[in-house]
Amino acid sequence: MTRALEHWLRVKSSTFCPGCGHGILLGAVVRALDELAIDRRNLLFVSGIGCAAWIPSPHIKADTLHTLHGRAVAYATGAKLFNPRLTTLVVSGDGDLTSIGGNHLIHAARRNLGITVICANNQIYGMTGGQTASTTPVGALTATAPAGNAWPPFDLVKLVLGAGGRYVARWPVSRPRPLISSIQKGIQSGQFAFIEAVSPCPTQFGRRNRVDDVTDLYRRMDEDCIDAAEAERLSPEERAGKIIIGEFGDV
Amino acid sequence: MANEPARILMGNQACAEGALAAGCSFYAGYPITPSSEIMETLADRLPREGKVFVQMEDEIGSICAVIGASWAGAKAMTATAGPGLSLMMEGLGYAAFTETPCVIVDVQRAGPATGQATRIGSGDILQVRFGMHGDVCPIALSPGSVQEMYDLTIRAFNLAERYRVPVFLMADEGVGHLRESVFLHKNFTIENRVRDTSRPPFGSDDPAGVPPMPVFGDGADLMITGSTHDERGFRKVDDPEPHRRLVERINRKILDHASDIVEVDERFMDDAEVAVVAYGFTGRSALAAVKALRRDGKRVGLVRLKTLWPFPQAEMVRLDGRVRRVVVPEMNRGQVAMLVRAEMNADVVSLSQTDGEVIEPDAIAAKVREVLP
Repeated sequence: MTRALEHWLRVKSSTFCPGCGHGILLGAVVRALDELAIDRRNLLFVSGIGCAAWIPSPHIKADTLHTLHGRAVAYATGAKLFNPRLTTLVVSGDGDLTSIGGNHLIHAARRNLGITVICANNQIYGMTGGQTASTTPVGALTATAPAGNAWPPFDLVKLVLGAGGRYVARWPVSRPRPLISSIQKGIQSGQFAFIEAVSPCPTQFGRRNRVDDVTDLYRRMDEDCIDAAEAERLSPEERAGKIIIGEFGDV
Repeated sequence: MANEPARILMGNQACAEGALAAGCSFYAGYPITPSSEIMETLADRLPREGKVFVQMEDEIGSICAVIGASWAGAKAMTATAGPGLSLMMEGLGYAAFTETPCVIVDVQRAGPATGQATRIGSGDILQVRFGMHGDVCPIALSPGSVQEMYDLTIRAFNLAERYRVPVFLMADEGVGHLRESVFLHKNFTIENRVRDTSRPPFGSDDPAGVPPMPVFGDGADLMITGSTHDERGFRKVDDPEPHRRLVERINRKILDHASDIVEVDERFMDDAEVAVVAYGFTGRSALAAVKALRRDGKRVGLVRLKTLWPFPQAEMVRLDGRVRRVVVPEMNRGQVAMLVRAEMNADVVSLSQTDGEVIEPDAIAAKVREVLP
């Protein structure tokens, strides 16, 4: 992160592991806000529990509400409904937002609550030690699926669109520019926006799945990311395991 | 108060009126018998006053939305019954630990589990004190009439703001659905949190102090977390001292101010040899029983607990020197009797009833006659 953005930070050290994608996402969020010249006094970050929930809290110098596991969107619902002037961003992880917190997510989408939810998806429970998430790919090894995960993951884009989300996007942290643009577009839409940031976890996912080299993990992720048009051209077999990136929804 | 015209209202409606009178500006809830009239009344009234009502997806979401709204500056409340209260426990502990003012009305029904949804009970008294993990010390009030559904709801909001704490109104199906006259008076002051941004929001030089509470948008760069935190809100998840200091202060700020919080209503106690200690709807039956016994010349009095938490410990210790026996009628397996017994040398007799029915005055009078010296 450039020094010009340091005024956004409350602390100048980070607890993220080497190779974690969440630092890139933190940079993307801060750049998005800085470019929008957002009114920081009326900016609110809400997060749940887990590594991704630490992206805003304590890092970002603004009002931050670090809540219970799974409940960030419900807290944000109360704050945003009471004070609609608050630019409200929820930043949390895949397990937090879509497993334990899935109910609040789909209902906020249904209500078209004017908040932007950024889901850092690392496909695993990082902070608790590498257990299976609702986003873990079939066959992936985790602390609670030592023989490989048996159940298919959520497609978070389809989940949120199905629940009524107006602006939905998915980008890997390896492509920060469209990620930043989508965060800005979500905030400016004034509608319920959901941005999935695919963010690798070398410590838990990479290590358990024998991808020991961080650059290898990022390269594989980037190769798996294809856009919707490209996905159309692939057979179902070829499409398996691919991550379809881009912008979705009505906005 | 006497100049106000009396109205006939249901207790749950009087609770909603009390909330509006106290300045409630946000309600989040989920329908549940026997509390729903509170929600339905506020669903109609709050939006008309430019305030916020939201029906959430469940009770977990409800308490979390209440906490979020409170930090956005709202006087926020929810209402529920046993099953919903159980779902809220984690959020309630968060509210206590982050010192978030909010009001939770529990219109108690016959539990456990789904139990008998339309029948009366008072089985949640210990849950609001001990149901949350870790040591927290909420405030709980116990209304015994429709008037107190109004008055104590107002008091609940004021205490929540004064002490930055979740406050429970421990109603029951009896007072919730009772219809009787009530004065919707304005003889009260409205208290508000101190929104001072110059002092830290999570610490105090006084180990029993209540810090100021700026809200979102006040420019305080608030850092709120349910993890152990220092006085500015920074997570302190390994150090023993910040944890000890915070846990002690959030408990002591209530316990050290018990005399400011606790209210008991004494009747016929001047020469009483036996006291009936009662609360909630049972307090009404207890008063009828005491009056009947007095007509027979029995020296019996009533101590009605309007505050359940912090428990009226000093009041019970004082009572111990005055009476020889105490009878505690309640619609559970003796939850408050256990607390009373802990403070007393006098015999404490539990009159427990767990059939989803109101305890009749005759049952209380009969028990008192059994123990009269």
